[in-house]
Amino acid sequence: MAVTAVEVVYRGIFQRLLSRAICRTIVLAARKEGKIGTAFGRYSDSPERNGIPAKYFAVVADDPLELQETLAQYEPKAVDVSIVVDDSLCKGVESWAWYGLQPINELTKEGGTVLVTSIQESADLLEDMHVKDTPYNLAIVKGPKSFSGLWVYKDDHTDVRILGALAKVCPQLVGIDAYKETIREQWDELKETSANRAYDRVQSTPVEPGQGNPEEPFSFDMPGWETMEEALVVRPVSVGGGFRGGEGGFQPERNEVFKKWSTRTMRPVINFETCTKCTLCWLQCPDTCFDVTPEGLYDSDMESCCGCGVCEDVCPVPECITMVHESNFNDNSSQHDHWKRDRDGYMAWLEEMRAASTTEKADVGRTHGFYEVGQYEKEFEQTGVAGDD
Amino acid sequence: MTISTTDIREKEQLISGSEAIAIACAMADVDVITAYPIRPYDTVMQFVSKLIADGTLSCEYIIAESEHSQFEIVKHASAVGARVFTGSSGVGWFYAFEALAVTCGLRLPMVAMVGNRALDDPGAFGTEHNDALAVRDLGWMLRWVDTAEEAMDAAFMAWRVAEDPRIYLPCAISTDGAFLTHSQQIVQMPSQEQVDEFLPPYDRGDFVLHPDNPITIAPQVNEDWLIEIRRQTDAAMRRARDVIIEAQDDMNRIFNREEEDPFIEEYMTEDADVVLVGMGTLSLPLKVTVRRLREQGKKVGFVRVKWFRPFPAPELQVALSKFKAIGIIDRDYSLGAPQNGGVLYTEIRSALYDVTPRPPMIGFICGLGGREVTVDSSTEMFDKTFEVAETGHAEEPLLWIGVRS
Ligand code: SF4
Ligand code: SF4
Repeated sequence: MAVTAVEVVYRGIFQRLLSRAICRTIVLAARKEGKIGTAFGRYSDSPERNGIPAKYFAVVADDPLELQETLAQYEPKAVDVSIVVDDSLCKGVESWAWYGLQPINELTKEGGTVLVTSIQESADLLEDMHVKDTPYNLAIVKGPKSFSGLWVYKDDHTDVRILGALAKVCPQLVGIDAYKETIREQWDELKETSANRAYDRVQSTPVEPGQGNPEEPFSFDMPGWETMEEALVVRPVSVGGGFRGGEGGFQPERNEVFKKWSTRTMRPVINFETCTKCTLCWLQCPDTCFDVTPEGLYDSDMESCCGCGVCEDVCPVPECITMVHESNFNDNSSQHDHWKRDRDGYMAWLEEMRAASTTEKADVGRTHGFYEVGQYEKEFEQTGVAGDD
Repeated sequence: MTISTTDIREKEQLISGSEAIAIACAMADVDVITAYPIRPYDTVMQFVSKLIADGTLSCEYIIAESEHSQFEIVKHASAVGARVFTGSSGVGWFYAFEALAVTCGLRLPMVAMVGNRALDDPGAFGTEHNDALAVRDLGWMLRWVDTAEEAMDAAFMAWRVAEDPRIYLPCAISTDGAFLTHSQQIVQMPSQEQVDEFLPPYDRGDFVLHPDNPITIAPQVNEDWLIEIRRQTDAAMRRARDVIIEAQDDMNRIFNREEEDPFIEEYMTEDADVVLVGMGTLSLPLKVTVRRLREQGKKVGFVRVKWFRPFPAPELQVALSKFKAIGIIDRDYSLGAPQNGGVLYTEIRSALYDVTPRPPMIGFICGLGGREVTVDSSTEMFDKTFEVAETGHAEEPLLWIGVRS
């Protein structure tokens, strides 16, 4: 019995067509080898929403009965390859139909592959990817998070480069020749060349059990019909109290299970030394993220922040709040705690973060969404793909 | 990425159920399509727009300001002789309810797709069949489909039967949200010639509303008239059975589709002791479960109900009376109904009342809100039905399956 399944983990709106193109081409290419397949997006996601982590699947089988066997469960419970088209999702997948944080490699079979488009090295990605108790491989297609397929952006060949790499790491799904033929039919010879080149160049490293991010991913138990609240009632949490449970400041109580993880692609970093305590970020944040410290400063809670960038926009002090891409962070720890503990260290770190941010604030009142302004171009240059005929 | 145009003449397509129905609109040369977005039905809107943009489909495409207007517009277009298509999901369908109800009495052959969706609140967009089922008493023909290919065939079938001068009734095709509307499958396409041979143009004869044919429709009537009008509509619905049989014969022949019963699909039922009965895409886990249980020597089968209106009572009476027990699966609910059963359960129970021998039966409600009906839950339902076969009656006539307690 030969059924092969892959998932594409992507960000809503920006990468939906990219993911769709990858999965459709897999199934169309599989037809050339006489196989049968299906391609579908995970329904409980909301891929029409800005940056929401979402999934697309392609399942290929030797014959229709085998395909039925797999599809008897709508969403595959295990996949041969997990394709990740935004490396910040290596921190985990938080679906819009929310049930905690799912490690990026959770569905990856033993001996399977996580295939990421990234300009990071595998060691960096493994800092984010949760530990698994079975071995698998980590393969990288060098490239930035692509918008390819979104009509306003130009085609950077990410779709076919992934397919070329896929033929190498998972030849049992579809071989390179079938992809090349399909790519030529769907697009052109230039894209066929790109696929071939990715096939030759893709790097794969084995990942041993226990290697990776040791954190326990956040999860919770859902209540049953006899124990859950009736009448669609959601009880309020209490208003809250002092900062960190103390006397001074204010910290709202927050929903215990509804936390934010990889939904966000950027987060604010705050300069506590130039803050004028004007309260605007606190008032305007749509997710009530800010805790008021006893000295009247505002510390954003990273388990609540959706990365919308409103705080950066409303802050009247130049460069007091800067939105910085998530790939620069490995945890959700408090910036204010850091600053209190080690002011010089914090300020040095802040500078580093600001330098990492490419946003020209003068040009855009507000950064929000998937990328900082200019980040894609910068990352694309770093891949070396651009100069590569 | 180059945006490729859809060449609907390709013999084989990788398309979703919604895309299949949109392509059917192009091949059936539909004149008026109206739309108002709601998930999962909105997928059909996207593909209709794309076909129009590609120059493949030429029609009036009107995005209304609400579902109520959406259905009113096609209702009127149908009266002037236009072939129409529309659709909705969940509470969107309910918002159009007034228009849905009057279309039957006016005898307008509206064809609609219902992308089955739970009725929110609470906000949810997974599959439940209560949306489409809500019109079951009114004179709508109702069809449930299982694959993208069947969705396409059902659309051609719907126009053919609805527009037949013996019928002139609206017809809704139910496609399970997600499982059909959002997954792309390989579909073998009929050619334009085959479609043309199967589906004649819509001809409303002298019922057509036109300046050259000055008629009035939908006058005020009271107790002096209405019951006769209802009886006429009832007669049209009764005639639909034969028209469907005729059309299915033609379709099998012209499209070279496998011989199939127009009303029900029987899967491995021949020597079965126990069968489960259901509608829509839950057939996939059910068929896989049937095969697995048969490997263990258990004689089980599955019956899929394709037409819900007209209800295939004669077929089900013949098919179901031979088993030791039957289990009816509802992806819907009918709270407070006899035995607390779902809609399909209650209908089949009624259809089997006069049958001897009358098989003992049990009902199951599962898969609500788009919850997956798994192989495990299918196995559980077969096990329960086997218990009923042994004792001859169901201790508890209705069970909810796959619910967290
Ligand atoms: S980015 Fe948005 S959600 Fe996050 S702290 Fe700023 S305003 Fe609040
Ligand atoms: S908006 Fe800026 S200056 Fe005002 S309180 Fe927030 S961080 Fe401080």
